[in-house]
Amino acid sequence: MSLLEIKNLHVNVDGNEILKGIDLTVNAGEVHSIMGPNGSGKSTLAQVLARRDAYNVTEGSITFDGKDLLEMKPETAACEGVFLAFQYPVEIPGIGNTYFLRSALNAQRKYRGQDEMDAMDFLPLFREKLALLEMDDKLMNRSLNEGFSGGEKKRNEILQMAVLEPKLAVLDETDSGLDIDALRIVANGVNSLRNPKRAMLVVTHYQRLLDYIVPDFVHVLVDGRIVRSGGKELALELEEKGYGWTETPQAVGARA
Amino acid sequence: MRETAVTATEQVQSWLENFTEFDKSAPGAKLAWLKRLREDAFARFCEAGFPTTREEDWRFTNVSAIARTVFRPATEAKLTSEQLATFCPEGKTAATLVFVNGRFDAELSQVSGLPKGVTVASLREQIDSHPETLEKHLGRYADTQRDAFVALNTAFLADGAYVHVARGVVVEAPIILLYLSTEEPGPAVTHPRNLIVAEDQSQVAVMEDYASVGGESIAFSNAVTELIAGESTVAQHYLIEREHLKAFNISTLRIHQGRSGNVASHSLLLGGGLVRNNVHPVLAGEGGECLINGLFLGTGRQHLDNYMHVEHASPHCGSRQFYNGILDEQSHGVFHGRIVVHKDAQKTDAKQTNRNLLLSDDAQIDTKPQLEIYADDVKCTHGATIGQIEENALFYLQSRGISEAEARKLLLLAFAEECVERMHSAVAREHIEGLIRQHLLFLENAPHASSGRVVERAMEEAR
Repeated sequence: MSLLEIKNLHVNVDGNEILKGIDLTVNAGEVHSIMGPNGSGKSTLAQVLARRDAYNVTEGSITFDGKDLLEMKPETAACEGVFLAFQYPVEIPGIGNTYFLRSALNAQRKYRGQDEMDAMDFLPLFREKLALLEMDDKLMNRSLNEGFSGGEKKRNEILQMAVLEPKLAVLDETDSGLDIDALRIVANGVNSLRNPKRAMLVVTHYQRLLDYIVPDFVHVLVDGRIVRSGGKELALELEEKGYGWTETPQAVGARA
Repeated sequence: MRETAVTATEQVQSWLENFTEFDKSAPGAKLAWLKRLREDAFARFCEAGFPTTREEDWRFTNVSAIARTVFRPATEAKLTSEQLATFCPEGKTAATLVFVNGRFDAELSQVSGLPKGVTVASLREQIDSHPETLEKHLGRYADTQRDAFVALNTAFLADGAYVHVARGVVVEAPIILLYLSTEEPGPAVTHPRNLIVAEDQSQVAVMEDYASVGGESIAFSNAVTELIAGESTVAQHYLIEREHLKAFNISTLRIHQGRSGNVASHSLLLGGGLVRNNVHPVLAGEGGECLINGLFLGTGRQHLDNYMHVEHASPHCGSRQFYNGILDEQSHGVFHGRIVVHKDAQKTDAKQTNRNLLLSDDAQIDTKPQLEIYADDVKCTHGATIGQIEENALFYLQSRGISEAEARKLLLLAFAEECVERMHSAVAREHIEGLIRQHLLFLENAPHASSGRVVERAMEEAR
C-alpha cells in the first residue's frame, strides 16, 4: 500500500479551478519533487494536503496511509502524520516557540495514545533538533516566528518537522528567499530526516534546492495538471530549458 | 423634560430613604467635615440623577437597569475561610483585606507583618480611630460634580480600605482588597470606598478584586478609589471584576500623581452584567509617567465599558493606554479614551491603543478616542483595531496537530498576554493569568451559541 495516493484531484479556490485532475502516488521512503511555474497550483496542492478548508475539493480522492485524507481536519491530518512546511510561516505574537512546539507534539502524542511529554523530557529532544538546524536557542524564548528573518522562519519550519517526525513532509517553496548558507542548513536538516518510513514532497519553483535534497522523482505541474514525470534528471532539464517546453500538450500522466 | 424629571424624582426617592437611614448611623456621623462631604454629595446626586445615553460620557452605556431598580444596602453576612481560600492569589501578599457585602471582615483579613510606616486598615476603623488622617485626602479628588455614581458613593461612604505608605517606604508584595458579595433576598448595593496614599518616594501595589459567592441575586457594587501618589512614587493599581452576570459594577479609580511619579492602572474585566470601569489619572507634577492597561472579555449579554480620562496637567509627562477587548456572543464592549492636555502641559507624550477581537457576529465594540489639547508642543497618538481571530494563524496551529478549539484558546491567550505582560507584580500577574486561563477554558467548553444562562452556570462551576 502506498503512503499517499492522489486520484483525479480537482480543486476550486474562490470558484476558479486550480487543480484539474492530479494523479500522484508516493511510497514511504521516497522523495518527490513538484516543480512548476508560478500559478500552476503547486502551493494549492500543498495546502490541500494540509487540509486548509478554503480549498474546495470538487472531484477525486486522497488516501493517506489507507485513510481518507479529505475527511480529516487539519489537526487530524497532522496527527496522522502529514506535515506542511509553510511557504510563509505565520508570526504569532504572544505564543512562545518552545511552548507551541511542545503543545503540538503533545497533541499528536495524545492522539496516538502516547503519554504527554513534560518540559523536562522535552528539553533534551528539543536541544538536539536545535543543534541540527544550527539555531540559537535564544530565538526559542521569543514568540512564534515573531521578528524572525526569512531564513530563521524556514529553519523553524524544519525544526518543527524534526520534532514532530511526520510520515509525510510537504515542503512548500522552502528554498525561497534563502541564501546559500541557510539553504545548506535547511537541506541538511531535511536530509537527516530522510528514512525508509518517511516520504517527502518537495514543492519548488527552482531546481537549486534539488541539488541539496535529491529527489527520487520529479513531477512538472503546469496549469493544474501534471504534464511530465521523471527522475531527478528532469529537474536539470527544466533548469536548462525553462518551463516553456513542458506546456505543449505532450502531457504524460503521473507515475502510476 | 418634565417626564424625565418625574422619573428622576422617583429614582431618587428610594435612595433618599436609604440615605436618611444611613446618615444617622454612619461611621463618623458626628464629624462635621465628613457629614458635609456626604450631604453635599447626596445633594449633587439628587440634582444630577443617573446619567442617560444623551450624555456624551455615557453614549454607549445605558444604566437605566440600575436607575430603575430599587436597591437596599447589602446585609451583613459571614463567610468561612474555606469559602475565601479560592479567591485569594497564590504567592506572597503584604496584606489582605476582605469585605463581605461591603463590610470589612477582620477575621478573614490579614494585616500583620507590614513594614514600618505602612498602615492598612478598613476605612470604617480609620474614621472611628484616626479621622484626622483622612480629612486631607478623602473625597478631595474624586469628582462628585461630574459623575453621579461618584456622588452616590461619596454620599454612602462608610467602609473600604485605607492604605497609607510613609515617605520612602517600599511595600514589595501587593496589598489585596477582596470584595465579595453573597446572595441576597433582593437587589443589594454596596459603595466600597478606598483611599490609598503613597507618600513621596514610596512604592506600593494594591489589587481590588470583586467577586460573587454562592447564588445569584442582583448586586450593585458602586466603588470609588482615590489613589494619591507623591513625588517619585511608584504605585500600581489592579482591578479585577469577576462577579456573576447579574451584577452591576461601576468602578472609579481617580489617580493623583506628583512630580516624577510612576503610576500604573491595570484592569481585568471578566464578570459582571453591566460594568463601567472609569480610570481617571491626573498627572499633576512634572515628569510623571502613567500606564493605563486593561483587558476585557465579554460573553453572553455582558456590557463592559472602559472610560479612560487621562489628564495631563503638567509638562514633560507621559501616558500610555493599552486596552485589549475580546467579545463573544452578544456582548458589548466600550473603550472611550479621553486625553486632556492642559494649557501648560508642554512636551506631553500621550499614546493610546485599543485592540479588539470580535468572536461572534452579534458581539459589538464601540471605541472612541477623544483628544482635547490646549498646549501646543505635545505628542498625542491614538489607534484602534477591530478584527477576528486570524484564519492564517489558526490554520498554522492546527496544521501542527493542535485542535481548533485549543488553537483558538491559544490565540486568545496570546492576545490577552499582551496586557498581562505589562503587569509588574508577579503575584498579581500570575493571579490574573490564572483567571484568564480559567475563563477561556469555560468559554471553550460552553457550546458556541450558548445563551448567557449557560455561561453563567459554567462560571459558577468553574469557581
